[in-house]
Amino acid sequence: MSINQSGWRPTAPEANTGGVPASVTGNKALMLEEALIFEIGDTHTTGVDFEFLPGTGRGTIRRMVEGAVRERAVLGKPPSTSCAGPPPRAGEDRLAGLSRTAPIGLPGLSEPETVRHYTRLSRQNYGIDLGFFPLGSCTMKHNPRLNEKMARLPGFSDVHPLQPVDTVQGALEVIHQLAHWLVTLTGMTSVAMSPKAGAHGELCGILAIRAALEAKGEGARKIILVPESAHGTNPATAAFAGYSVEDIPATAEGRVDTAALKARLGPDVAGVMITNPNTCGLFERDMREISDAVHAAGGFVYCDGANFNAIVGRVRPGDLGIDAMHINLHKTFSTPHGGGGPGSGPVVFSEALTPYAPLPFVENRDGQFVLVEEETAGEHHAGSFGRMVAFHGQMGMFTRALTYILSHGADGLRQVSEDAVLNANYILRSLDDTLDAPFGPSGPCMHEALFSDSGLAAGFSTIDIAKGLIDEGFHPMTMYFPLVVHGAMLVEPTETESKAALDQFIAALRSVAERAKAGDPSLKTAPHFAPRARLDETLAARKPVLVWKDPAPLAQAAE
Amino acid sequence: MSRFFTQDHEWVDVDGDVGTVGISEYAQSQLGDVVFVDVPEAGKTLSKGDEAAVVESVKAASDVYSPVSGTVIEGNAALTEDSSLVNSDAEAAGWFFKLTLSDPSELDSLMDEAAYATFVEGL
Repeated sequence: MSINQSGWRPTAPEANTGGVPASVTGNKALMLEEALIFEIGDTHTTGVDFEFLPGTGRGTIRRMVEGAVRERAVLGKPPSTSCAGPPPRAGEDRLAGLSRTAPIGLPGLSEPETVRHYTRLSRQNYGIDLGFFPLGSCTMKHNPRLNEKMARLPGFSDVHPLQPVDTVQGALEVIHQLAHWLVTLTGMTSVAMSPKAGAHGELCGILAIRAALEAKGEGARKIILVPESAHGTNPATAAFAGYSVEDIPATAEGRVDTAALKARLGPDVAGVMITNPNTCGLFERDMREISDAVHAAGGFVYCDGANFNAIVGRVRPGDLGIDAMHINLHKTFSTPHGGGGPGSGPVVFSEALTPYAPLPFVENRDGQFVLVEEETAGEHHAGSFGRMVAFHGQMGMFTRALTYILSHGADGLRQVSEDAVLNANYILRSLDDTLDAPFGPSGPCMHEALFSDSGLAAGFSTIDIAKGLIDEGFHPMTMYFPLVVHGAMLVEPTETESKAALDQFIAALRSVAERAKAGDPSLKTAPHFAPRARLDETLAARKPVLVWKDPAPLAQAAE
Repeated sequence: MSRFFTQDHEWVDVDGDVGTVGISEYAQSQLGDVVFVDVPEAGKTLSKGDEAAVVESVKAASDVYSPVSGTVIEGNAALTEDSSLVNSDAEAAGWFFKLTLSDPSELDSLMDEAAYATFVEGL
């Protein structure tokens, strides 16, 4: 069998003995415990305020439904044409015998119960608006409120993808203008705006490479080369598109082994997928040489642009010989990320791949913005490999990303990457006396600092440091990735953190790391101050509880 | 009965022409808590090096390769009930499957216990 090289070996948590006794309520002072929504309130009553309607009372769900029926009747909405006739009288049942006969078991809560439920849950959450979120490779940066303001403008927030294009010229102009700046910032030829996120963009790029190879009659090329440190989505994308994946080894300093890569190139290689800056936080200095070699061998170069934040405004991937690269708008251009998404992953293309890019496009024809789709593509997009999505992409994210680009300007974007790199190096050099930095000697890092679990006390691993950081009030860094570093800790501060925030984090990580090196047993049971103690991931995987079950089954429902 | 190991951390006990296959104590220690095991069905024909079973820990799934060629006699049903046997008793009760060896000479390329212990020390 293959051995799990990252060193991530979750086990059942140790019992936490000692310390203060638990409270009767489960509440921890201001950190209030909250039951599942099914476990509070009852199924009989719900508190909702309706506008005054004659003859309507507040009370049971049944009466509210009746009230809603009356509301429609009272407001005199015309009945639909299929059941033309006199308008129904107030209180009349219009469900035609389809009304339910048994309770459906939905929770019923009073208004204060509802408000408290969601407020309490929100207080148990951690987000970028609450504190530092150092997840490496994720670029969790501040989302400027200006972006939100622009995205909420009427005309952007309420457009429909099937509206006549004459009525959405402004929205199409936003897509066109953002496309222009993405192409300009990357030094490429064209961009496909529709992919919905990074991995979707990877697939878009690889499908364009496949289409280009097939158009040249070289569809027999079946190998995609991927470095060992790549995001897992890279090999997954290549395999999904029908390619076989082969690893490219790394050098001791954490970069692609250019000699080994060149030695592997040949008539069976369709292309390479390289992340630059890579997941070890290092810039691939040989990128131009690699691209030239791949092109000379007849292949294409895909660049994973997840880490573009480190080089935006300073390096144009087009100058490095890249043929396709996705851009995570939700990383580099500060559109919401994680639970706040959705993501957006436009893909920029070189001249060689542009003819195969997917539809649709927005084009400016004599001041009129037009959508180029299948029926209007004609000859000039005849080589397109198809489309990635039904419509035109994540409009809300386009608005936010363009706002970010325009509000920062060229100098602002350049400062983004400079400050992101400065912050990461500050963390790397502040902590490399406490934690092992395997690629520290390779020179300055880019956007993220990488540490290993080397030097921790026996039985201690990166997960213990991560859990300890939760007690210190931080979201943990990315852990056990990249896989090439044992017990990896990948810290990405982004440019939006102040020196004070970084200093506090450095102090916290230093303290927790020293406890792990000293073998402090209390770290094995961390977190102690979080709403939940360390979870039993083993039990959760062996015996998952996937749905809430009523402890007293609804006997009535079965009747 | 003699026991052989592969460089991929499988062991095989050979008794006549019947082999019992599992993963080593070292392998289970590297996996962490095992949460799921998929063993091959009786009658399946395996060549040496084929993916024969899957062992899944909380964060990673690993293929278990057949150390020798042969036909599967049975998979260890006890692992379906209690996958933690792989952690608690990897080299005995936590066996994965039994098979009839089709080419006992393949055993010559495997390590004995002492050689495997040296191999693990070098990792």
